[in-house]
Amino acid sequence: MLWKQAEATGWGRVHRATAALARPERLSTLAAALAEGPVSMAGGLRAYGDAALNDGGRIVLTTRLDRLLDFDGAGGEVEAEAGVAIGDLLDFLLPHGWMPAVSPGTGFATLGGCIAADVHGKNHGLAGSFGQHVRHLHLMDAAGKVRKLSPAREKTALRATIGGMGLTGAIVSARIGLLPAPSQMMEVDERRMPDLDALMDGLASAPTPFSVAWIDATAKGLATGRGVLEEADFAQISDTPSARRALRVPLDAPGALLAPPVVRAFNSAYFHRIPEAGRTRNRPIRDFFYPLDRLHDWNRLYGKRGFHQVQYVVPEGDAREVLHTCLTEIAASGLAAPLAVLKRLGEGRGGMLSFPMAGYTLAVDLAARPAAHPLAARLTARVVEAGGRVYLAKDALTDAASIAAMYPDLDAFRAAAEKLDPEGRFITDMARRLKLREAA
Amino acid sequence: MSATWLILGASSAMARAFARRAAAEGVELILAGRDGDDLSRAAQDCKLRGATAVATVAFDLGRPTSFAKVLDLARATRGQLNVACFVGSMPEQVEIDAAPALIDRVLAENLAGPLHLLQALAEEMAGREGGTLLCLGSVAGDRGRRGNYVYGAAKAGLHAALSGLRSRYAGDGVHVMTVKPGFVDTAMTWGVDGMFLVASPAAVAEAIWKGAERQRNVLYVPWFWAVIMGIIRLIPERIFKRLPI
Repeated sequence: MLWKQAEATGWGRVHRATAALARPERLSTLAAALAEGPVSMAGGLRAYGDAALNDGGRIVLTTRLDRLLDFDGAGGEVEAEAGVAIGDLLDFLLPHGWMPAVSPGTGFATLGGCIAADVHGKNHGLAGSFGQHVRHLHLMDAAGKVRKLSPAREKTALRATIGGMGLTGAIVSARIGLLPAPSQMMEVDERRMPDLDALMDGLASAPTPFSVAWIDATAKGLATGRGVLEEADFAQISDTPSARRALRVPLDAPGALLAPPVVRAFNSAYFHRIPEAGRTRNRPIRDFFYPLDRLHDWNRLYGKRGFHQVQYVVPEGDAREVLHTCLTEIAASGLAAPLAVLKRLGEGRGGMLSFPMAGYTLAVDLAARPAAHPLAARLTARVVEAGGRVYLAKDALTDAASIAAMYPDLDAFRAAAEKLDPEGRFITDMARRLKLREAA
Repeated sequence: MSATWLILGASSAMARAFARRAAAEGVELILAGRDGDDLSRAAQDCKLRGATAVATVAFDLGRPTSFAKVLDLARATRGQLNVACFVGSMPEQVEIDAAPALIDRVLAENLAGPLHLLQALAEEMAGREGGTLLCLGSVAGDRGRRGNYVYGAAKAGLHAALSGLRSRYAGDGVHVMTVKPGFVDTAMTWGVDGMFLVASPAAVAEAIWKGAERQRNVLYVPWFWAVIMGIIRLIPERIFKRLPI
C-alpha cells in the first residue's frame, strides 16, 4: 500500500503527528505520493520538534530512496539519493579516503535532511555549513517534475532549498563536495574547563580543525558553564576500526532519571571522568562525530514525556555575557538534561533560512515540563536582543514573531518558496506554527 | 573465476538489498525488472558498492516476450552463472474478490512466469559449471489461509516446482534454494494490518547470502519463521478452519 496510517514524532517526542505515511522505494512512487495532496517531507526524523511533521495530513519518508549515484574519487565529490543516511555515506567514503565536508551530530540524518536544515558540524569555522558543499541537487515539485538546481543555474531556488526545511519541494538527490580523510581514526584531546570563560577561550584558540565542548548546564555560581573541551584532528595511525554492536533502549525510562539531583550527579561524574591533566585518545571517526548513534532510540531515556532541545547562536561580541545569563537561567530552572553542547561557528551559511552566524552556539536538552516554555521564551528574547538566532531543526518552542526577527531573509525565502511551490503542497506543522510560508 | 548474479525483479526492496550484498563481493550483476529508470539508478549504486560490471534489462512477468532478452543476456555471460528470483505480486483477497480475473494474474506472476524462466535458466546453468539458483517463495505457501490463499496456492506450487528443479539438477552442480521470507519491511507490507516480527530487507539479504553460501535447500528468513510455520503446519484442519488467521 502507498499510505500507512501511523503516528510520527520529532526526535524530542513531544510533537506528534497522526498522519498517512508513505515511504516510496522509487521516484515514480514518490511522484505518485506527491500527486495526492499536500505533504511534509521527512528523512531520518532526527529534527527535535515539528520540522518534518504534518499532523492530520500526509508525510513522505525518503529513507528508501538511498542509492549512491556517482563518486569522483579524484575530485572528491559524491552524488546520492536524498534518503541515504549521512553515516552510511561516511561508511562508503572513508575507505576511499574521503568524508562529507560537514557532519551533523547524528549519522541517522539523511542527505536530504542535512541540506534542508543546512546543518553544521564540529568544523564550521573551516568548512562552513553543509549546504555550502552542494554542487547541485534535484528537486521534485508537486506535479512530479524534477529540476536541477545549482549555484550557476537557479541560484535563488537553491538558496531557498538549502536550509528551507523541506518547504520548497522534495529533494530527490544531491551532489556534494567532500573533505579528504587521511585516517579513519581521530586523535581527540579532552580537557576539563572550570567555567564558561575558559571554555570559550578554549574553543576560540583550538588549534585543530574539529572542536566541540560538552557543557554542564546544571553548574552554578563560579562554575557556571564549566565543561569538557574536545579538540580533534585526524590520527596519524590508520587502523580500520572494528565494527561494534549497537545497543537499543528498549523502553521509556522513568521520569525520575531527569530529576535535578540525578542530572547534577551524572554531570559531575561526567566532568570528573576526564583526568585533571586532560587526556588524548584515538577514536573511530564515527564515534567522534556521532557519539550517541551506538545507542539506538536514546531519546527514550528521557521518558515518555519527551524533551526539547533549544539551540541558539549568539554573535561574537555579546556572546560571553548572553550565554552566561542563559546558562544561569537554565541551571536555576532545574530543567537541564545532561546533553548540552557549546561550539564556535564561523560565518558560513548556505541558504536564506540557514542557522549559522559567526559566534558561539549553545544547545541544551530540557525536560518537557510546563516551565520549559517560559524559560525558552526568556532565553529567546535575550538571544533576539543580542542579534542571535534559534536553530529551526531543533525548535519546538519559538513563536513566529521571534523567528521573523531572527531571520532577516525570511521574506526572500517566502517569495522563493512561493515560486517553487505556488499551491503550498509542501507544508509542515513547523511552517504553520512559525508562519514560514505566509505571503511575503 | 568471474561470477554473475542475474537478479529477476530487481526493483523490489529485497532484491535491491540482495544486489547490494552481492555487489560487495565483487561479482557481475544483471538487473532485470520493469522500471528502467529505477534499474539504472540501482545499477549505479551496485557499481559503486563493488560490483565489477552491472547490466540492466527490461523484463515484465506480464509480457512473456520480454523473457527472451533476459535469457539471451544470461547465456552471453562468462564464468559461473547464478540466479536470484525476487518476482511476485500479492494483491489482497478483497481485491481478488472484486475482480476474480486477478486469480489468473497471481498464478501467472507467482508461479507460471517464474517457472518458465527458471526452467530455462537451470538448463543453461547445468550445461555450464553449475551455480546457485535461488527463488523467493513465501511462508504463505506453507498453509492456505482464508485471507491469502490465492497467493498462497501460487507460492505452494512454486515450492513444489523448486523442489523438483532441485533434485533434477543436483547432479549437474546446480544448487536450487527455496527462500521463504516471513514479514519483511518493504513496500509490499507497508500499511498491511497484522504484521509482526518484521525484518529489514538488509538483514534478510544477508541471511539469504549466507544461506546460499552454505547451500541450504529451504531457507526461512528470519530463521524463527521455520519454528512458527512448523507449529502452524501441525494444527489439524478441523481446528485450523476455526482460527481467525
